[in-house]
Amino acid sequence: MKISYTVINNSLHVSFDGELDEYSANYVRNNLDNLIEENLARNIKQVVLDLAGLTFMDSTGVGVLLGRFKKFNKMDTVIYIKNPSKHIDKILKMTGVYSIIPKIA
Amino acid sequence: MNFDNQMSLAFSAKSENEGFARSTVAAFCVKLEPTLNEINDIKTAVSEAVTNSIVHAYNKESLGKVIINVGILKNEVYITISDFGKGIDNIELARQPFYTTKPEEERSGMGFTVMEAFMNSLEVKNNKDGGVTVSMKKVIGSDRG
Repeated sequence: MKISYTVINNSLHVSFDGELDEYSANYVRNNLDNLIEENLARNIKQVVLDLAGLTFMDSTGVGVLLGRFKKFNKMDTVIYIKNPSKHIDKILKMTGVYSIIPKIA
Repeated sequence: MNFDNQMSLAFSAKSENEGFARSTVAAFCVKLEPTLNEINDIKTAVSEAVTNSIVHAYNKESLGKVIINVGILKNEVYITISDFGKGIDNIELARQPFYTTKPEEERSGMGFTVMEAFMNSLEVKNNKDGGVTVSMKKVIGSDRG
């Protein structure tokens, strides 16, 4: 799993390259939390998770995403998902993730 | 059951083996010419069951084994995934959406729900001599319309 990011104004845009499962969950969790910490001075108000490069995700990934929502929500940072593959979209819909982390175009 | 084709896989209950397990099962099913959607359903269901064994059966501590058996009969794939861990106290409860025994770990509690939704059948039982066996069936070709 590789994670990269760009900051544009108050928006943190995060891209993933790889698979999100039990093996990579801790790495992804810590990495996203650290990104927010590192960019505190930039007053991040919005995080966009671009899942275009995510080739696999299971319900462990759902837990990681919902956990980030809870954490970022406390910091008044909104979080969005974009570009999920068809299959990841199916999992996110099924598990109700989009009612908490909206999908944007 | 007399399968047309069969394979077995035994590996250590380590999360780094999850990708290997789901990809191997998926590769074994390729001769049935599943759609990408069907392959992803199988990969995800296998990943969910293997994660349960690693995280819950063995609590990520002891290095137990996970055994996967796959049988193919015509256009149907039968997958059983077994561990030798601590078993499940209440299977009915464990299968409920959003139920998790480890909420502090940011677990979604959706593993069995995903398996049930993505496969044509799902059976979960505690083994007599310990551990859990998850049996799933996927009918290939049923989502082609």
